[in-house]
Amino acid sequence: MLHIVVCVKQVPDSREIRIDPKTNTLIRQGVPAIANFYDMHGLEEALRIKDEKGAVITVVCMGPPPAEKSLKECISLGADRAVLVTDRGFAGADTLATSYVLGLTIQKVAAEFGPVDIVFCGKQTLDGDTGQVGPGIACRLDLEQLTYVQKVEKIDQEARRITVHRHLEDGVEVVETAMPVLITALKEMNKVRRAPLPGMIRAAKFKPVIWTTQDFPGLERAKIGLKGSPTIVSKTWVPEQRHVDTEMIAADTPQATAGLLVDKLWQTELPQRFGWANGSEV
Amino acid sequence: MSEVAEENKKKAADDMPDWSDYRGVMIVVEQRAGKAASVSLQLLGEGRKLADKLETELMALVIGHDVRHLAEEMIYYGADKVYVSDAPELKDYRTRPYSRVCLQVLRDVKPEIVLQGATATGRDLAGAIATHLPTGLTADCTILDVEPHPSRLLLASRPAFSEKMLATILCKQYRPQMATTRAGVFEALPRDTTRTGEVITVENTMKEEEIAAKVLRFIEETERFNLEDAEIIVAGGRGLGGPEPFKMLQDLADALGGVVGASRAAVDAGWIEHKHQVGQTGYTVRPKLYIAVGISGAVQHLVGMQNSDLIVAINRDPDAPIFKTANYGIVGDLFQIIPALTAAVKEKRVLIPQSSAQEGVTHGKI
Amino acid sequence: MEKFDAVVVGAGPAGAAAAMTMARAGLSVVLLERGEFPGAKNLFGGVLYRRQLEDILPDEWQNAPVERQIIEQNLWIMGKDAVTKLGHRNEAFKSPNCWTGMRVKFDQWFAERAVAAGALPVYETVATELIREGGKVVGVRTDREHGDLYADVVVIADGVNSLLGKALGVHQEWQPDQVSLAVKEQIFLPKEKILDRFNLEGDEGATIEFVGETSGGMTGLGFLYTNKESISLGIGVMVSDLKRTRVKPYQLLEQAKQHPAIRRLIQGGETKEYAGHLIPEGGLKAVPQLSGDGWVICGDAAQLVNFVHREGTNLAMTSGRYAGETIIAAKQKGDYSRAALSHYDRQVAASFIRKDLKKYQGLHGLLNEIDPKLLFSQLPKAVNEAAFEMLNVDGRTKAEKQRFAINHIKETAGGTWDLLKLGWKGWRAING
Ligand SMILES: Cc1cc2nc3c(=O)[nH]c(=O)nc-3n(C[C@H](O)[C@H](O)[C@H](O)COP(=O)(O)OP(=O)(O)OC[C@H]3O[C@@H](n4cnc5c(N)ncnc54)[C@H](O)[C@@H]3O)c2cc1C
Ligand SMILES: Cc1cc2nc3c(=O)[nH]c(=O)nc-3n(C[C@H](O)[C@H](O)[C@H](O)COP(=O)(O)OP(=O)(O)OC[C@H]3O[C@@H](n4cnc5c(N)ncnc54)[C@H](O)[C@@H]3O)c2cc1C
Ligand SMILES: Nc1ncnc2c1ncn2[C@@H]1O[C@H](COP(=O)(O)O)[C@@H](O)[C@H]1O
Repeated sequence: MLHIVVCVKQVPDSREIRIDPKTNTLIRQGVPAIANFYDMHGLEEALRIKDEKGAVITVVCMGPPPAEKSLKECISLGADRAVLVTDRGFAGADTLATSYVLGLTIQKVAAEFGPVDIVFCGKQTLDGDTGQVGPGIACRLDLEQLTYVQKVEKIDQEARRITVHRHLEDGVEVVETAMPVLITALKEMNKVRRAPLPGMIRAAKFKPVIWTTQDFPGLERAKIGLKGSPTIVSKTWVPEQRHVDTEMIAADTPQATAGLLVDKLWQTELPQRFGWANGSEV
Repeated sequence: MSEVAEENKKKAADDMPDWSDYRGVMIVVEQRAGKAASVSLQLLGEGRKLADKLETELMALVIGHDVRHLAEEMIYYGADKVYVSDAPELKDYRTRPYSRVCLQVLRDVKPEIVLQGATATGRDLAGAIATHLPTGLTADCTILDVEPHPSRLLLASRPAFSEKMLATILCKQYRPQMATTRAGVFEALPRDTTRTGEVITVENTMKEEEIAAKVLRFIEETERFNLEDAEIIVAGGRGLGGPEPFKMLQDLADALGGVVGASRAAVDAGWIEHKHQVGQTGYTVRPKLYIAVGISGAVQHLVGMQNSDLIVAINRDPDAPIFKTANYGIVGDLFQIIPALTAAVKEKRVLIPQSSAQEGVTHGKI
Repeated sequence: MEKFDAVVVGAGPAGAAAAMTMARAGLSVVLLERGEFPGAKNLFGGVLYRRQLEDILPDEWQNAPVERQIIEQNLWIMGKDAVTKLGHRNEAFKSPNCWTGMRVKFDQWFAERAVAAGALPVYETVATELIREGGKVVGVRTDREHGDLYADVVVIADGVNSLLGKALGVHQEWQPDQVSLAVKEQIFLPKEKILDRFNLEGDEGATIEFVGETSGGMTGLGFLYTNKESISLGIGVMVSDLKRTRVKPYQLLEQAKQHPAIRRLIQGGETKEYAGHLIPEGGLKAVPQLSGDGWVICGDAAQLVNFVHREGTNLAMTSGRYAGETIIAAKQKGDYSRAALSHYDRQVAASFIRKDLKKYQGLHGLLNEIDPKLLFSQLPKAVNEAAFEMLNVDGRTKAEKQRFAINHIKETAGGTWDLLKLGWKGWRAING
């Protein structure tokens, strides 16, 4: 049976974060924590594979204890088990340190629950917003990596190969590669289902497996948390709104107004640049 | 947060190791079928500035098959030195062989800064390389700068928290310093065919048998529409009230030689496709002319278009925030103004055929 | 199929109290809530009472997320550009007696206590119908896949619109004259402004209830409560009156905001939330049978609201607790019949809940009998005019002024006889 790992991060719903206009700081209070929605599309795809072919799904998350809520959500949808990797030592991790810990976690998941065939990540997180953790994990575990996947076309369990559609800026690339593989999911991949009632009950009773730094014997302290993070946030600021002296254009009729605007445009470099010419003057 | 910030400060105060072995700015060029992505050209333009400030070289790395001609193009666009790895195995982008070449070059050449476009391919490759090296990687930057010698730090700034803030990110303890950057925010230099530079060939060491991934086919987006690279955009918002009036905008865009953009409200309403959306969750654009029609000017929209050279706003609400950002404003009913404007433009305009496009470089697409 | 001791429908104050009580005694309890989390969409004016909270959470009530402890309560009789005020402030209220609160925070915290005690939270799930076998309720059906849930007892605590109560037939379709529709805005102001404007210190709070011209001649009550950094301003009007006059509640609220006495209190504030909710106002007459074979009903679903004193959450918590206690006892006997569960009806009857409702049972009839214009528009107007006349120094003698004031009120009520009748009826209504 396939063993699928899904990486799910609990994030503040950054769409709801506001800036205090007086202090220019973030108002985090009251911002709900949610399971990163791209990750849930990864989970949904895993569930579809499970429905179709049979699979065991393990969800992993690195985060503070309240992230348990997101793991419960995954369980309610049909994940089989969930691991919460939590420790103060992991705090402040950037993508390099995060992928290190998640790499170790998935290794341990494989050692304890069986080899892993597919790892799903989200395209990116709402808070980190980098899309780097997925490739990072693939790199650490030496997995094939398929990012920006909008569709899993085929899984050949015998040949251990998988075919997917990657969505790029200019089109769709159909790629086939060997499993084990790491896939990062786009939201176009599927529609996330609604949990059935027995799933909700199961989730309500569920306690995730908790792993701390103690549970990883080979863990290198220098590679985790803030210490293991090469990138440093040196400052944050609120972007100034572009301020320009707006010239309002008004005339008696729409035609006259439009004419005035066109005159203004014709005084710029635009007609030159775009090869417009002043028809009325020719 | 404060604890982290404290520690950050401490960390920032640490002495940096001696990085004198690492010199130069490297742009990893993205190409498809021998055509460079416009974001790569934009990066050469920005990279040139950084390299000049650091008094060092600007390098480019081109990977692909039948891509030698791009080496010269990269020089025309600002590079001093171009590394080219050209092999049949490198025809399509695939993570493993591409990252193998990249790592080899980065380890040999030791640039202090490595930049790529924050496209699907750029992010895929950068994420893999940075982990391998390992080093710090800042995603999706919109502002780049460097501190001059001796610190030579890359100041990579990117939007955070749904674009509500900007953050500057440093990497002191590792080299190279890596970043991916958004398309459309930087400006390419004019193509200068008098520029010269050095071209260095890099071997590809990965055999086809060693590569698990196979690109079976590529389905190009049928409509060749690219908002990010458009130089004239006529964008419509909720004020249009439905899908029909977008035809009106298309007429104006056609008359000006531009394309149609939209606010999220219009996209969410289903009046126009998402690929037209400008803003935080759409595209960041930087056209020469941006005409906002029936758009109120929410911050999430502004972040996507405020770097336009010239902004015109048309809105019936004189207090609409968009006017604060616009160079020219018209308060009025768009259903009257737009047709009048289209007519006025057509009347004034006589189309002169444009000079033919440069070879090997597309402006429309990557 | 898994079976539980109890399924509680609705994680408002009533449901959470019931679930908490049962879970603490070791019963297996599912707490169903249709909102994303308890309180997500719940709304009230916002006064929470200490006593009933302490009864159910003797060690934890101090941690409840509340806004301000109320030390002053006011009743304002509103004229067009005038107001006549009556109020009471007392340091003794710092015991504390009651607080302002926000349902979003409070319900979440309160339900979390039930979960901590062992109740299984199942949120974003709607109970759509009761599952019955013979005459017995054996579970609920939900809107999720494989959504049937079986239990020995279903606790119906689904609030004022009680779908399940209606399905049982114990809860009639609402009569427009049994519910009021309240709309409320939360208006944000800096803390210092609130302290200044209401003459408060620290976490002290004040409430104002207002009647009169602000309800546009309809049976209704306005309220203005101080929160930490905001003001809750709302107005509730009988649905029957809204139907008759075709006035939209938010129009009333907008008008109230323009009233000079109110405008100054909220000036400069930023309105961030606007919502509406029904309040059961049927009084004792509308309270149904509270239990049956395999079910109990509590809180708003059972009409347990004291609308005169805007008490609801406390009645809800207490009825939920009683329901829970009854079910614990029923489990010990293994008997979930109407006979066993009717212990709950008797507990409610013996408590302040029924007694308080009984005190005001006549009021409902009175309100129906008298033209709301008189009570809610003409009389408040006359009171204000009379007060003005008394206090305005214009050369007329005080005796003259007093005569005018009294006559004016009398005439408004339709003469001496009618005014006396009105007074007597009012007295009977609240003391009979
Ligand atoms: C997380 C997040 C991400 C977002 N991302 C984006 C994004 O990428 N891009 C984006 O655009 N928005 C984004 N938004 C939404 C953004 O906040 C605004 O809601 C949106 O930009 C509003 O679009 P609008 O200006 O078209 O509509 P409105 O704000 O409704 O403005 C319509 C305007 O049309 C004018 N108008 C109406 N009729 C006429 C007429 N006949 N003639 C002239 N003028 C008329 C009105 O005066 C009004 O100013 C995002 C929001 C969030 C929370
Ligand atoms: C404007 C206003 C002002 C008020 N002011 C006060 C006041 O100051 N002080 C006071 O004590 N009381 C006040 N009340 C009354 C008080 O809010 C209610 O009496 C009290 O909330 C009742 O609690 P409850 O648990 O019975 O119902 P509710 O609080 O209504 O809870 C019912 C819960 O059940 C859920 N639900 C409903 N149907 C279903 C279903 N089918 N499936 C699953 N879940 C379901 C709902 O989402 C809700 O969470 C006020 C009410 C209003 C509207
Ligand atoms: N702390 C975490 N726990 C679990 N998964 C994570 C975590 N951080 C990142 N991921 C996964 O990596 C993806 C990309 O994250 P990011 O690089 O932060 O944008 C996410 O969509 C998740 O699937």
